[in-house]
Amino acid sequence: MRILVLLEQRLGRLKASALEALTIAAQLSNKQEANVAGLIIGEGISGLAAECKDYGASKIFCCDAREFAHYQVLNYSAALSAAIREFSPDCVLGMASPLGRDLFARVAARLDAGLLSDLIAVDHEPQQGFLGGKKPLYAGKVIATLRFQGDGLKMATLRPNVFPPQQSPGAATLVPFNCAVPASGLKVREVKKGQSTTLDLTEASRIISGGRALGSKENFSILFDCAKVLHATVGASRAAVDSGYASHDMQVGQTGKTVNPSLYIACGISGSIQHMAGMRTAKTIVAVNTDVEAPIVAIADYTIVGDLFKVVPLLEKRLAEY
Amino acid sequence: MKIVVLVKQTADTEATIVLGEGGKAIVQSNLKFIINPYDEYAIEEALLVKQAHPEAEIVAISFAKPSAKETLLKALAMGVDRGLVIDDSGLENLDSLGTAKILTAAIKAENADLVFCGKAGIDDDNMHVGVMAAELLSWPHVNVLIKLQVQGKTAIAEREVENGEIEVYEISLPAVFGAHKALNNPRYASLPGIMKAKKKPLEVKTPGDFGLKSEQLLSNSRVFIAHYELPPKKAPGKIFKDEPLEVMVDKVVTLLRSEAKVI
Repeated sequence: MRILVLLEQRLGRLKASALEALTIAAQLSNKQEANVAGLIIGEGISGLAAECKDYGASKIFCCDAREFAHYQVLNYSAALSAAIREFSPDCVLGMASPLGRDLFARVAARLDAGLLSDLIAVDHEPQQGFLGGKKPLYAGKVIATLRFQGDGLKMATLRPNVFPPQQSPGAATLVPFNCAVPASGLKVREVKKGQSTTLDLTEASRIISGGRALGSKENFSILFDCAKVLHATVGASRAAVDSGYASHDMQVGQTGKTVNPSLYIACGISGSIQHMAGMRTAKTIVAVNTDVEAPIVAIADYTIVGDLFKVVPLLEKRLAEY
Repeated sequence: MKIVVLVKQTADTEATIVLGEGGKAIVQSNLKFIINPYDEYAIEEALLVKQAHPEAEIVAISFAKPSAKETLLKALAMGVDRGLVIDDSGLENLDSLGTAKILTAAIKAENADLVFCGKAGIDDDNMHVGVMAAELLSWPHVNVLIKLQVQGKTAIAEREVENGEIEVYEISLPAVFGAHKALNNPRYASLPGIMKAKKKPLEVKTPGDFGLKSEQLLSNSRVFIAHYELPPKKAPGKIFKDEPLEVMVDKVVTLLRSEAKVI
């Protein structure tokens, strides 16, 4: 089975999740490296190929041109479609990032391909190849097993932080790849920079989140201080966002982001269904709450019953000792 | 100007999900249905565009059971002019690309200038149909839209990505826009709005009315759900209370290192 993997970069940095997708591709191809190729799209990104050459791909297509400096779905769709024509894979893998989810839906419609998004498990058999996978539905209340059918192209995006990257023997060669972009009615005017220098919530392996109990935007600083020591990203509940204590892009939950960290510390968050929809798959959950009856306690691995304004600074102090 | 809003009927967020025998299906009979929450932002944005273009007509289209008329009534009560349900009977297992093909046929039949939808359905959370419809229409799209200014035949559209970054696009119309939460504040239906809604046109059609054959759609469907299961129940966690805070914090941090191995 031949697999093409979109290796996502942002702002000239390869995303850690690119290696997760390559690792799954190597497993799906039964470690036959000739059957796995990577594709990097961007400007001035050819150097990034070196970072992923030891993960089981035989070649890495580098689509390196000015038109690809910023993500623009129609240009990136042209590049991904061209690489698919060039390599003629049976399946195309990417990550369920904002870019991956947008791009894969567009290209799947263009190529009449089957598309599975945000998989948390991948199923394959040596004979039949890539069968499909699992994904949470209804805010994580159900896990569905999805299957491809027919012999069309199979496309899938994988949830970041689920599949640990693993090196495979063999070194990929870099293949410069050119692709014309179509004239289109979509132009990138600018990309407004975010405030944050930490990893995005969707990719963070540690998150500390605050709820309405924080009481004000200023009070969120205790979470930011603790996050600095923990190398964590700060999140918020919908209640905190709606109260104006945190910006919308910090929201974890159903109308915010779905996160999958190894550690999630929920401070003053009671745990509404909407919030838990976004974080219940975190590997380890810590709740800091004055109310032992709060729903979050039922899914937390560790709960500290106490005032978050006292607990969080103690946590920061104790974590700093490591 | 004709504006189409794609509306999905989803199970209420608070709904308890019950699986049918053998995990082959989700029991529908006990579910309460609502307008997919993101679609409410799409409806509101269409209404805001109409405020600036009073001659515009807004049509809400749903691919669902005829009973979804009940759900579309809420859209009509908010101010949408007309509703259309495309009956999905026999096509419940169609994949998202098949759904996009049907909705695209309806959008073409309406001769729409603008299409709004929610950025994703809260049930399957796929983010597929709006983007796929844009591709099938050969229109540009911006999904995860947080700000829109329509200026004649073009628009300035902002898309939220990650780390608080925002991509700002100049996009020519017609186009598809997928609404995110920060886009606007959906209005509540007023009492007169609810009364008026009952008199607004609300039709049910079939894919066949748009020249599409169910058998062909099904045979081109590329993915399906084979099985449902409930997530494994987590073992109860450890609760620390009634001890000095320093002691509890120390215990948890020690466990995070020795037991959970996450720090």
